[in-house]
Amino acid sequence: MKKVLELQNVSKKYQAKNGEVDALKSISFSVEEGEFVSIIGPSGCGKSTLLSIIAGLEPKTDGQIKITTPIGYMLQKDSLLEWRNIYDNVMFGLEISRKKTKESEEYVTNLLKKYGLYDFKDKYPNQLSGGMRQRAALIRTLAINPKILLLDEAFSALDYQTRIMVTNDIYKILKNENITALIVTHDISEAISMSDRVVVLTKRPATVKTIHSIDFEMESRNPINCRESPKFSKYFDTIWKELDVHV
Amino acid sequence: MYEKNISEDRKKYLRKIKKNKALVILTQISIVILFIVGWEILANQGIIDSFITSQPSRIFDTFLNLSSNDLLMHLGVTLTETLIGFVTGVFLGVFIAILLWWSKFLAKVAEPFLVILNSLPKVALGPVIIVWVGAGMGAIITMGLAISLIVTILEILNGFLNTDKELIKMAKTFNATKLQILTKIVIPANISTFFNSLKVNIGLSLVGVITGEFLVSKAGLRLPNCLWRSSI
Repeated sequence: MKKVLELQNVSKKYQAKNGEVDALKSISFSVEEGEFVSIIGPSGCGKSTLLSIIAGLEPKTDGQIKITTPIGYMLQKDSLLEWRNIYDNVMFGLEISRKKTKESEEYVTNLLKKYGLYDFKDKYPNQLSGGMRQRAALIRTLAINPKILLLDEAFSALDYQTRIMVTNDIYKILKNENITALIVTHDISEAISMSDRVVVLTKRPATVKTIHSIDFEMESRNPINCRESPKFSKYFDTIWKELDVHV
Repeated sequence: MYEKNISEDRKKYLRKIKKNKALVILTQISIVILFIVGWEILANQGIIDSFITSQPSRIFDTFLNLSSNDLLMHLGVTLTETLIGFVTGVFLGVFIAILLWWSKFLAKVAEPFLVILNSLPKVALGPVIIVWVGAGMGAIITMGLAISLIVTILEILNGFLNTDKELIKMAKTFNATKLQILTKIVIPANISTFFNSLKVNIGLSLVGVITGEFLVSKAGLRLPNCLWRSSI
């Protein structure tokens, strides 16, 4: 398998008026093509910062990042624009990068049809359910044809049931479109259920504590059926202990 | 909406919205009529002194004699002045607000000046404006502008700065340029701010123009003066 993303000793320091804050300290790991990798860590440890740095939204202080394919980014909120209908919303990325062509429009229309949003293309975001909004946000990201998708707590704004369904939904879509995913989450079960590997970070300044390979030895695994595997709770326990949560 | 088969419930809902809208307009018209009729009756009965408050029938008579007192011309002059002041105020205000949104440095530099200018009693500037611009329409429009401009800048800038950060971040994930963030996120997200500011502004421009007319005018409504004098 070829590596599509590689981080070497990535560090980040924040400068504030009252001093320097070490957010990330020499983070190294890599992601292979087609792989789903989750990053998990105590809250406030800098997981989201790490994604922002990979996406190029924030500068890093030190280290190297190698990316070989185009990336897409999905945020916690769907951030659909209320004044645009669903079609114009999913075209937003293409419009911004001036790649709105006949082919790309056709591609987006196909995605909308494939994932059940075509009948809603003239509706406005506030007329859609939370799950559908999230799917629209995903199609907006897929429209620019990324090969790696960064998901930043992409499901945490949804209620529990919707969240399980949407996770499953998006997992299938991404596997279907053959996209590599790097997922930031604070939810241990979500991390285990979605990924091939889980990267556990320590608290601030964040370093890589361990990297777990998740293998349920199942055929046609998905985020719902893998929860029934006896290995699921074992993984959960191990990661829970490593996170070392104190209240 | 192009729904083909509308259900009974939907029809009922749409009818209810229509009815509600009609009711609001009807009430508004009734209030105006009630006010005018009440005023007329109270003046006729001598309960209020029509020498001071005038009365609707007399104002109406004055309007009918437009040619004798050039009211129409004065109305036109004031309207033109207000419109010029209003449009310039809005465009200049939005333009400056965009500049200040664009450059944090400029905004920081401008902040204390804006606060001082905003609290300044512009009417007191009247005589100075006449000296600078000359006693004429220019001075009146400048007055109108002076009163509305700063408020426009402050209000629109405030709206711009309070745009949902998540939306801006989303645009940045698609590598949007600053200009694209402005035109595709910040401005459309602030449409209601614009309309609010327009509503406040048309009133302020009129205040400015009337004040200006008090100071310099050869023509114009000077509403309290002109209308009152000609109707008694």
